[in-house]
Amino acid sequence: MKALVGVKRVLDYAIKVRANPQKTAVDLAGLKMSMNPFDEIAVEEAIKMREAGKVKEVIALTIGDKNAAETLRGALALGADSGIHVLTDMRIDQDLQPLAVAKIFQKIMSTRSFDLVILGKQAIDDDCNQTGQILGSLLDVPSATFSSKIELSADGKSAEVTREVDFGLQKIRVSLPAVFTCDLRLNTPRFANVQNIIKAKKKPVETVNLADLGIDVAPRLKVEKVEMPSERAGGVIVGSVDELIQKLKNEAKVI
Amino acid sequence: MLSQIFKQRSVFNTVASRAFATSKPFNYELIRLDEMRAGLRETAEKFSQDEILPHAHDIDVKDQMPMHLWKRMGDMGFLGITVEEEFGGAGLGYYEHCLVTEEISKASGSVGLSYIAHSNLCVNQLRLNGSEAQKKKYLPKLISGEHIGALAMSEPNSGSDVTSMKLRAEKKGDRYILNGSKMWITNGPCADTLIVYAKTSPELNHKGITTFIIEKGFKGFSIAQKLDKLGMRGSETGELVFEDCEVPEENVLGHLNKGVYVLMKGLDYERLLLSAGPVGIMQAAFDSTLAYVNERKQFGQNIGEFQIIQGKLADMYVKLQASRAYTYNAATMFDAGIKSNKDSAAVFLHNSRAGVDVTLDCLQLHGGNGYINEYPCGRYLRDVKLYDIGGGTNEIRQWLIGRELNKIAKE
Repeated sequence: MKALVGVKRVLDYAIKVRANPQKTAVDLAGLKMSMNPFDEIAVEEAIKMREAGKVKEVIALTIGDKNAAETLRGALALGADSGIHVLTDMRIDQDLQPLAVAKIFQKIMSTRSFDLVILGKQAIDDDCNQTGQILGSLLDVPSATFSSKIELSADGKSAEVTREVDFGLQKIRVSLPAVFTCDLRLNTPRFANVQNIIKAKKKPVETVNLADLGIDVAPRLKVEKVEMPSERAGGVIVGSVDELIQKLKNEAKVI
Repeated sequence: MLSQIFKQRSVFNTVASRAFATSKPFNYELIRLDEMRAGLRETAEKFSQDEILPHAHDIDVKDQMPMHLWKRMGDMGFLGITVEEEFGGAGLGYYEHCLVTEEISKASGSVGLSYIAHSNLCVNQLRLNGSEAQKKKYLPKLISGEHIGALAMSEPNSGSDVTSMKLRAEKKGDRYILNGSKMWITNGPCADTLIVYAKTSPELNHKGITTFIIEKGFKGFSIAQKLDKLGMRGSETGELVFEDCEVPEENVLGHLNKGVYVLMKGLDYERLLLSAGPVGIMQAAFDSTLAYVNERKQFGQNIGEFQIIQGKLADMYVKLQASRAYTYNAATMFDAGIKSNKDSAAVFLHNSRAGVDVTLDCLQLHGGNGYINEYPCGRYLRDVKLYDIGGGTNEIRQWLIGRELNKIAKE
């Protein structure tokens, strides 16, 4: 079985987010970028499936400018067998949106066979949580989202998935091929070890220009303004219940 | 924001007293790393911050290193970096080895020191001087982390004057019988495989030294004591005792009576690697200080904004970066095949002194808090001070450099 894993290059989770001076987007200039943490979990799950003998090949896919090759190389260093880099200069944190991303995956998959697609449940920059679901729909296959456990059946025809949902854990069975999106507790991603970092240099990476795919990737949502939340004003200690009511009515305007 | 959830996960942990999960990128821009080296440094940093740092304080307090770390470092491929791929190593150079050393040292100076002793003093010496059979026998388990390695040259009465060593090795049939002791041996108490220098021909003085591979189970080999040290606590240092210790003749490393060359050449590589140890400790001290002076407020502002403090911060940064630049340039030189003894002594001399300066400043800039053991400042200082002494004292390094310079002047 072949597994396709999506990896996105995002602003490192530890960096303090700031709007750019024009207030049109998040400021990324010169800041540390890393693989989306949920995508690290997705890669780890795919590698574990290969180590268990259930999956034969793990292919990583990234969409972005030439710098995204770094993220792809990171997936190879974690153990993916090969990579596909869809090259585009579009801003992948806000202009290339889930519908477009799903269509890109669908187009890539149309000429190559895959049995599983494993994605992070969402990217930590746009927090959309849509790509997996849309892709499942476009491919007309089941999507098992918010997976905290994935068990492929012995015959490779289905999978039992535990999903994290609002009211607790839900167990479902999906037929393959399917799209899986990964939640936090699915696994603990490994660190790339020296051997794999060296091997990663020699693993094949196929580069495809987004323009050559012939898909409509125009954003459906237009970002009007990006700005920081207003500074939190200091708290005030009130002297009496009357004063509290007065402030709630006239200042906070909530009653 | 989702990134907040990640901060709580154990994989991406942050400890209250630590300001950075990873050091800010600006610290590493000075050394231009290609993609592979950058990936290597990053993984060494992530691993060390995640799996070694949480234990660092306890390692110091309890004077005990969690032994599972050896296997973990083996899994990560850190233990055989300079060993050829055919023997299970990564086939990389001293540069890459220094990168990993620095990051491990940043998390825990003690683990860093034990790591250097194992991966360079023992493993690298084995791969440089061992026969095919010896390498095949001893390297695999040392590289996987199943076995711990050490190297023993110093004795209670032979420190700087190491070639005056008295450990005697007498040939009896197909084996050598060793009698004597070794002192201040890093990893000595827990090592499975040790490289030991002994006098096979005392009448030839330094030309009568032979190198042996010792296994912990050899008859007549024992540990007299684990030493209680000021710093580098957790990195076990011991006194080794040889009482009619039987060593098979196939365990001679290199050639009979040619041990001094193995020893001296080894020291050149050892000092280069050791110079990376202080760089890691200085980075930790600097990170801690930079964060502290931008949080601690006195007289209505961050103390980092007072000029005296800024001056000290600047001095710390200069010493850290100069040391870093020096190590990696020296490593580049060695990887290019220029094995200059005066230059590895020089970089080590520079970095160990810089380490003491920077960690002293770190402690001072943390004020009263720096003096309290809950803060890592004391540990950084106590750990880095070892580097002024081990691997050839500062004075020996000065003596060697002076001697070499004069030699060249006379040519």
